[in-house]
This record gives sequence, structure tokens and C-alpha cells, in this order.
Amino acid sequence: MSMNTQGRPSAPSETAITSERATFTGNKALAMEEPLLFEIGRMDVCGVDLDEAEDFAPALGGHARKAVPDLPALTEPEAMRHYVRLSSKNYAIDAGLYPLGSCTMKHNPRLNEKMARLPGFGDVHPLQPLSTVTGAVDLIAELAHWLVTMTGMSAVAMSPKAGAHGELCGMMAIKAAHQAAGRDPKIVLVPESAHGTNPATAALLGYKVVSIEAREDGTVDPAAVKARIAEHAGDIAGIMLTNPNTCGLFERDIIAIAEAIHAADGYFYCDGANFNAIVGKARPGDLGVDAMHINLHKTFSTPHGGGGPGAGPVVLSERLAPFAPLPFLRKGEGGIEWVETDAELKDGEQPFGRMTAFHGQMGMYVRALAYMKSHGADGLKQASEDAVLNANYVRVGLQDLMSLPFGQRWCMHEVLFDDSFLKDTGVTTLDFAKAMIDEGYHPMTMYFPLVVHGAMLIEPTESESRASLDLFIATMRDLVMSAQKGETDRFKGAPFHAPRGRLDETRAARSPVLKWERPAATAVQPQAAE
Amino acid sequence: MSTRYTEDHEWITVAGDVATVGITTYAQEQLGDVVFVELPEVGRTVSKGDEAAVVESVKAASEVYAPLDGEVVEANSVLADEPGKVNEDPEGAAWFVKIRMSDASQLDDLMDAAAYKAYIETL
Repeated sequence: MSMNTQGRPSAPSETAITSERATFTGNKALAMEEPLLFEIGRMDVCGVDLDEAEDFAPALGGHARKAVPDLPALTEPEAMRHYVRLSSKNYAIDAGLYPLGSCTMKHNPRLNEKMARLPGFGDVHPLQPLSTVTGAVDLIAELAHWLVTMTGMSAVAMSPKAGAHGELCGMMAIKAAHQAAGRDPKIVLVPESAHGTNPATAALLGYKVVSIEAREDGTVDPAAVKARIAEHAGDIAGIMLTNPNTCGLFERDIIAIAEAIHAADGYFYCDGANFNAIVGKARPGDLGVDAMHINLHKTFSTPHGGGGPGAGPVVLSERLAPFAPLPFLRKGEGGIEWVETDAELKDGEQPFGRMTAFHGQMGMYVRALAYMKSHGADGLKQASEDAVLNANYVRVGLQDLMSLPFGQRWCMHEVLFDDSFLKDTGVTTLDFAKAMIDEGYHPMTMYFPLVVHGAMLIEPTESESRASLDLFIATMRDLVMSAQKGETDRFKGAPFHAPRGRLDETRAARSPVLKWERPAATAVQPQAAE
Repeated sequence: MSTRYTEDHEWITVAGDVATVGITTYAQEQLGDVVFVELPEVGRTVSKGDEAAVVESVKAASEVYAPLDGEVVEANSVLADEPGKVNEDPEGAAWFVKIRMSDASQLDDLMDAAAYKAYIETL
């Protein structure tokens, strides 16, 4: 028998070690304290070795740098570690359930990424001759076809880069349509529960926003819309409405609202942020919508929340289609062509201008179409059904303990609670959200929409399995019961286990530090360039 | 004349034909920590219900409406640098604007302290 005679202990220490001993480095094992790049970089070295330049005559004239730029230098492993360590602190849909209401944080299938990296899609340049990128153009045309088909609309402007940019595009098309008809109405109606970008978009275009209050059940009352139209008769440019709305409820009177707006010569802009609830179930074109942006980065699973960029194509009704911005695709004799300039326009086409320099987010187009084609029409419909099912599973799992502002009725893809279940507990929605961080969850959207007090808006998306939802519901139930039992120390000051504790939002807003300043003692004297 | 109140949680005191306007303690509590105040330009003519100022807290941005018709004769520029004053002394030093009233009879439509107290209890 051989013996371990080297003295290496193989059992855990008998004395339980519980001390929160500070470490020499400040790190806690894999939880690293990561300084800023400027704090770890040296100013006097270079990360790569380059040969000394041979004698040359600079052509910069007076533009040559007078001093060495104040940039940090690191070795390649240092640079790599810096970003890997930071990324490990990030919460992402790849790390866990991300129930941020109205944001549709769904899984981004890796198939999409593989497709986007195909050289024919990933390595193209917008200034390449069209004849060298026909595959990419065909892909955009096919995506456009899917978008107009599933929305029941006439045309799509592909170039907007994100939701709010799409809103601006849609509202600019509406403005152009009014102008073409010799009209100049000034009023845009926006319900109280709207995303903040809706009134902001209208205001940016010089419209006056008139708010429409929500009725008792959280939806928009067509009678209220008609009343506002009557108050501003002849001056209605349109309405901006989200359906399903930000209370997670389907606007059941949407057709009556659309008819009222159209009767007043206005247009109906639909915020497509919540399209994930109705893909394959309802077509906005059938609901009377004239323009709607589609967040590819929500509904069609392209990355967002720091992983973007977003993409917000805007579908347009027959009445608005002629005003779609340049560039747009047109079926020509020799195949699909990009219409890039006013000189190429044909009868009836009167674009209001241009939203972007080039053609939009190619990488996101590929990802979105990969998602659509891998799901198929039936799969997209099921994804919407599952998103709604999951939200209702969460609703039913929590409605006896948390409070539903509009009663125990079906919701769509997201469920909205208010904070009345926290009344007299001393715990606020903010405290509750921070305690969720300690449990390893990204908090839900909070204090939005503004129409309910202390709002908590939960959107689980179809990505979550039943097991995942069960654990989430159990966690939320545990937190609610804890708050109601008076265990406020679990909430006040939370998060306790995050790399940083509760942030001082007030100080951050009142005295923001927007620029890193080098501590005086370590200042490097700029050297004169040789 | 005693302080008057609006349903939008503004208070109004009057000296001569000038009304001083601010937001109430209740409003300040609901807003939470105020981080930014945008004030109107002196000389601007406002109508009752017009947006006269914007107050932004960590939670949300809200409009402060003109409670009466008139001309802005003074804005409390201290609030631009020290928005926190709105939380500390909402019904005193943290007044927002002074408006020279063009129709003092509009004061009759506003609530007195007792009516405002009863009003916020219904919210």
C-alpha cells in the first residue's frame, strides 16, 4: 500500500471559514476588480512592435500632431483580459432570464450569427457595384417581402436603424403625405401609456402632442379619441398607438380608433415594439394601421441591449407607400434594383428624403431573415402564442400575491403589476427590483408605464422553458412574502451580492462625472512629437 | 390672500398683481429626488394650462403648468443649479416662477388649502 506522505490535506478544513476577509488584490476569486483601461495602461509603451519608419516626407503640413496622444497601451493579453473580465460582469439574455417588459429580450439563436458571418453577407460594402452584391440585395428584398406580408401592408422602408428612428421615418412619411395633399395639421394624439419616444418623435417634427387618458381597463376608449378629434377638428395629423399597449393589453377597439382617425383625415402610426405578441395572429394592415416600425432586434431575435445595433424597418400602407424614403428596392426588368436618387424616380414615387447614408443594418437583416426562415410562418405564429402563454403563466403564478391593476384578465406578451401589494411594507418597487438582482435576475421594467403606481412590467418571452418560469415565479413569491413579513433588510440597500451596491441615482443625475481625469500625481507630461 | 392650489399640484401666492408659483410638498414627495428644473424665459406670455416649466426627478420628467394667464416676470434661477431645493423647501425658497396676472379672477377657480388637502386624500 502506498501512502500519501506529502502532507497535502485532502479534506475541507474542519473550521468553517465565514469571514469576509478583504483580499490583497481586492479580487474575490473569479470576481475580479477591474480598473479602467486608462488606469492599467501605461502611457510610455506600445502594445505592438512596429519597425521604425524609414525616412519619409510627411504630407500633413500643419496638421501633424504636436504631442503624443494620451492613450493607454497594453499588451495583447492585458487588453484581452480587460474585456473578458468586464464581459463576465455583464448580465445578458445568454446569462439568464431577462424579463424587461416592452423590450422583448428573447434568445438570439446562434444560427443567425452563423448566417450573418457568411462572407457574401458579412464582408459586403454599401458602395460595392450592385452586380457584385446581388445575393445580399435579394436577401433584403426577401426580408422586405416577409415584413410586408406578415403585416398586411404595401411597402417597407428598410433603412431606419432602430425603433425611435423608425417612428421618425413613419411620422415623416405621414407629414409628407399631408403636405402633398396641401394640408398642414398640427396635432398628434398619443395615449398616456405610450412609449416616451412617441410624443418625443411627434414633438421633434413640430407637432403638438395631445394626450389621451386610459380608461379603467387600461386600454384606449375610442370615445376619448373622438372627443379629442372633435376638440381639434381639422387639425389632426394622426395618432401614435402601441398595440398590444404597454399595459400588456390588446387594444380591442383599435379598428374603431383607426376609423375615427381616418375620418378626420389623420393617419394611424402604430408603435411596433410589442409586435412579438401578434405575429401570425393579426396583421396591422387589417387593423387600419398606416405606418409601423418593426424592431428586428426585438421581434426577430437580432441582438440588442448592448449587443446591437438595432434595426427598425417601417411598413407603410398603400396611402403612405409613395412617400417611403430613399433608398428603396424596386422590381425592375433586370431584377431588383435600388432606387438611390431622385433622378431614378418613376410615376407616383415621392420620397420624403433619406433617413441614412446607406441601406440599413445588413447584419441584422441576415439574422432576422435567418430567424424567420428557420421558424417558418407556423413557427413565428407559435412563438407569439408561446410568448403570450408564458406571460400569462407568470401572471397566474403571481396574481394571488402581487397586484394586477386591471383585474385578473388575460394579458398579452407581458404582464403588468402595480405596487399595491407592497403597501405598508416599507418596500418600494425599486427595492424589490434591486433584491431581484441579488437573486440573479435582471429586474423587470419598473415605474413604466406611468399609468399605474410603482409599475412592474414583466415580459418573459417565449424563450423561457416552464422550469425557468417556475423558478422565476418561486423567487418572486419568496420575495413578496419576505417583504410582507417585514424582512425589509433584504430590500433596503439591495443589491448586496452584486459587484457594486445600490447606486446613488440622485447624485449621478445631479453631478454626473462624464470624463475620467488622470490623477494629478500620475500625470504624464506630453512629449513633443519628433 | 391665502395660498391657492391646482389639481396639478402647484401652489400660488399673490402679492399685488404678481402670482408666485411652485409645486407642492405632495408633488415633491411623489416625484422623488429632483435632479433638473427647466424654467421659462422672463417675458414669456403664458396662458392657463400652458407648459411653464419642466421638473425632472430620478423617476420621471413632469411638466409644470401655468395656473393662470399672464407674463413671466421672474424665474427662480437658483433651481437650475440646485434642483434639490425643490425637495428641501418646495413651498418656500424653491418657487418656480412669478407671473404678472392678466386676469386675477382666475384665482377664484383654484383650491384653498383645505380643499387641496381633501383633494390629495382622494388620490
